[in-house]
Amino acid sequence: MKCKTCGQKAVVNMRQHRLALCKEHYLEWVPQQTARFIKKYWMFGPDEKILVAVSGGKDSLSLWDILHRLGYQVDGMYIGLGINEGIGYSEESHRLTEKFAIERGLTLHVVDIEKEYGHSIPTLAERTNRGQGRPCSVCGMVKRHEMNRIAHDMGYDVLATGHNLDDEAAVLFGNTLTWSKEFLLRQKPVLVEHDGFARKVKPLCRFYEKEMTAYAMLRGIEYIYEECPFSVGSTSIYYKELLNRLENERPGAKMVFYLKFLDARENGLFADDVNVVPPPLFNCPKCGQPTMYEGKCSFCRLIEKVSL
Amino acid sequence: MTVKLILRGKEYQVKPGMTLLDSLRKMEILPEGIIATRNGEMILEDEILKDGDEVKLIAVISGGEV
Repeated sequence: MKCKTCGQKAVVNMRQHRLALCKEHYLEWVPQQTARFIKKYWMFGPDEKILVAVSGGKDSLSLWDILHRLGYQVDGMYIGLGINEGIGYSEESHRLTEKFAIERGLTLHVVDIEKEYGHSIPTLAERTNRGQGRPCSVCGMVKRHEMNRIAHDMGYDVLATGHNLDDEAAVLFGNTLTWSKEFLLRQKPVLVEHDGFARKVKPLCRFYEKEMTAYAMLRGIEYIYEECPFSVGSTSIYYKELLNRLENERPGAKMVFYLKFLDARENGLFADDVNVVPPPLFNCPKCGQPTMYEGKCSFCRLIEKVSL
Repeated sequence: MTVKLILRGKEYQVKPGMTLLDSLRKMEILPEGIIATRNGEMILEDEILKDGDEVKLIAVISGGEV
């Protein structure tokens, strides 16, 4: 297969775009497309300060690399979750993230949950009996709280995450199966800042997971290849596999699924709900972050419960 | 001699002369879920695998709380 741009041997073939590219032109194409998505969805401007949430995985490190290459003011934030499970998962992902930042002279903020709050993520989940042996929901809640806290405290304009199209399509698939309207309403490439919540953006939301892996490999980014031990057998991975089976038979199916959903919302799918005034938010008396209910936020209640 | 494909430490063997795509189909591995490398270089599905080739398959899916 030949590169569409130069005719040399292609290393990436994107059947959904009918586009094959060689290494050189693929590594040009990815930042160009990212810049296009940033502009299309009004994610951020050239003078804004961006904080990328980095996990040590291919997507977040690639995102940091791309935004840096595009010339944005972009720093990273790593959250140490304290996941070991016999393979030193968090330790290794932290090492790779530090290595990435040092090699490029980039600023990395590190928050260690155990040092900061006295307990690792698996312990927090276990002691509160949340997640039925799987700490993913506690992990997500803690990460969202800490990302928002750091973005706010350190004066960043926007928080960027490395969610790719496969992540988004899997979430969409799950929420469509259950017709979870409130989650469907919130699934966007950009969540605007409001009431103490930082603006959140997903600049990679239109790239397939395979494309981001190819980018990381071709750029020589060393990322954590091992799966988070708690995500093995997770619903999100199962949905991704189902969608890939569909994609195998119908190239472009998962892209169309996600993009048509964005179009449908833009064209008024949830128009009735968009006009509904959301209930007012409260400020947590402990951490000061916004919360839906009066009193302490769910993060502070979790930490308090475990510390009793 | 055969062609060896390795995915997450598991080895598969196929006959030389097949394309990567046919080899993946034979092993029931979805092409969407992997990237193939041979001698450190990425190869595409139309690549014909030769006698003695060792192809590393890199899984691309990650997950958990999104």
